[in-house]
Amino acid sequence: MTTYYTKDHEWIRVEGDTGTVGITAYAAGQLGDVVYVELPESGAKIAKGDGFAVVESVKAASDVYAPISGSVVEANTGLADAPEKVNEAAEGDAWFVRIKIADPGELDGLMDEAAYTAYCEGL
Amino acid sequence: MTMNSTGRPTAPTSVSAAAIETVSGSRGLLQHEDLLFEIGTPETTGVDLPKPKGLKSRLGGVARKVDTGLPGLSEPQAVRHYMRLSQKNYAIDLGLFPLGSCTMKHNPRLNEKMARLPGFGDIHPLQPQATVQGALELIDELATWLKTLTNMPAVAMSPKAGAHGELCGLLAIRQALIARGDGETRKRMLVPESAHGTNPATAAQCGFIVDEIKANKRGRVDMADLKAKLEKSEDVAGIMLTNPNTCGLFETDIREIADLIHKAGGYFYCDGANFNAIVGRVRPGDLGVDAMHINLHKTFSTPHGGGGPGSGPTVLSEALAPFAPVPFVVKDEDGIFRLVEQVDGEASESFGRMVAFHGQMGMFVRALAYMLSHGADGLKQAAEDAVLNANYIQARLKHVMSPAFDGYCMHEALFSDAFTADGIETIDIAKALIDEGYHPMTMYFPLVVHGAMLIEPTETESKAELDRFCDALESIARRAAQGDDTLKGAPYLAPAKRLDETRAARKPVLKWAAPDASKVAAE
Repeated sequence: MTTYYTKDHEWIRVEGDTGTVGITAYAAGQLGDVVYVELPESGAKIAKGDGFAVVESVKAASDVYAPISGSVVEANTGLADAPEKVNEAAEGDAWFVRIKIADPGELDGLMDEAAYTAYCEGL
Repeated sequence: MTMNSTGRPTAPTSVSAAAIETVSGSRGLLQHEDLLFEIGTPETTGVDLPKPKGLKSRLGGVARKVDTGLPGLSEPQAVRHYMRLSQKNYAIDLGLFPLGSCTMKHNPRLNEKMARLPGFGDIHPLQPQATVQGALELIDELATWLKTLTNMPAVAMSPKAGAHGELCGLLAIRQALIARGDGETRKRMLVPESAHGTNPATAAQCGFIVDEIKANKRGRVDMADLKAKLEKSEDVAGIMLTNPNTCGLFETDIREIADLIHKAGGYFYCDGANFNAIVGRVRPGDLGVDAMHINLHKTFSTPHGGGGPGSGPTVLSEALAPFAPVPFVVKDEDGIFRLVEQVDGEASESFGRMVAFHGQMGMFVRALAYMLSHGADGLKQAAEDAVLNANYIQARLKHVMSPAFDGYCMHEALFSDAFTADGIETIDIAKALIDEGYHPMTMYFPLVVHGAMLIEPTETESKAELDRFCDALESIARRAAQGDDTLKGAPYLAPAKRLDETRAARKPVLKWAAPDASKVAAE
């Protein structure tokens, strides 16, 4: 089980051929109080780099970009009624979707935790 | 004789206003006001009519069986309700409006007088054209002014607001692409980050795919990014650029941008919302623009922002003119004005019709009155004064606030929140401005600037009023820099206090609910 990070502040935790995706605690902190999350339906095909979800806070609405291509196995539908979870547990319970990974090779360009922490410190 | 030596004391006793509570809920002459549903009840009525005799319902079984629940109010109750609400409001007629022309600038009263002339105010769009020749001539005259000021050969007068004008321009571009056989292949519309927020929405509405171009460190289009996006050009439909842009800056590379987009086979849409800053000094036609909307309610002082309908005439280049929407006014050789209504004959290539009639007649009258009362030199001076006033604010506040970009601005001064202490945000500064008696500025927009504060004073403010505003904002900015926590609770003096934005967004209460009858009875 390995977790990777993107420059757009998404994380993906890979277990076998499935990846669990969410936004990082840093991103949630920057957004402020999250008030709305829009997720794709199960079965939706998403491509690396495309916006697949929307997260809205009192400050801003932002697209969430897919760290990898694949199809959505499950969406965390509970977030719709409890968007505050994103602030409470961005990298835990408040995951956005589980994706069946199409090409594990796409993980190569992503950051590990240490690299991502250093990246955030530089912002 | 004896004299009363204990006269009425004339010096008032001093008590802090905050300590005084009132029974009525009003604060001095500022009246407390409940919701309409709380003032009236469905059981009362403001209209007392005798029940008509011999009235038989012809609704059969479909008549409503339950009460509508609407409160009945008398006329004075209703009048006072709205009057009291209006006194809790802020208005351009009360003071400086830092949102600027985006929301409201001064509406000269002469415009209002002209718009009420019976020949303009009391006519109907379905009247025979022979009876409204003066009105049609006015539309034609205004069109001539707009074409002259922009150096563009054609103008569509019917769009009813800025975003509607954008739609008009993009529909013309789409029609032009279809006409030359590129309608299916050229779908990519380039939109810089510094463009107005409506631009990408309009492009998407017209079926284009929005491709965002980055802003550079100077707040303008990143030319390297633009060139990279144009390398593969066969799918490019055009670009939507706002100039001056939302950072309040002139896009200095605009000529090169126009050339690049034309070379790529696309069209150049310019968002003219900020034309106020350059009118009389720069003609978009000279910059290579193919289409641009003009907000009569921004640049030419017609009312909007709740005060009246907008109007967004859209000027078109030679390349796009044939695709202009119907109807439009033409003057025939015999001097008669005529509306071209059908997509046929002289309008055979038109993309069609956007609105039922010819546009916002009342706004046309006001805009032309503004132009004629100012003259060409006056319009130019208004633009210059708008830019001067914004730069005065930037110059006065740059020592205590953080200008987003170096150098002079156009008609808007843009600051970031870099100067604030930890924990103090743009919204705290905005709320504190309310306590000082001002409507807040545009905040958190444009997105490319962190905690953006965008101030547009417009051309009509005097130096004294600008100073008064700057004094207030300067004092708030100093408190923000020092980390004054009391800012977090502002406004303290407004009729409504600060909302819990998070709760309002997560658990919005969108409907008034009648108080629970059983609870009321128990009290």
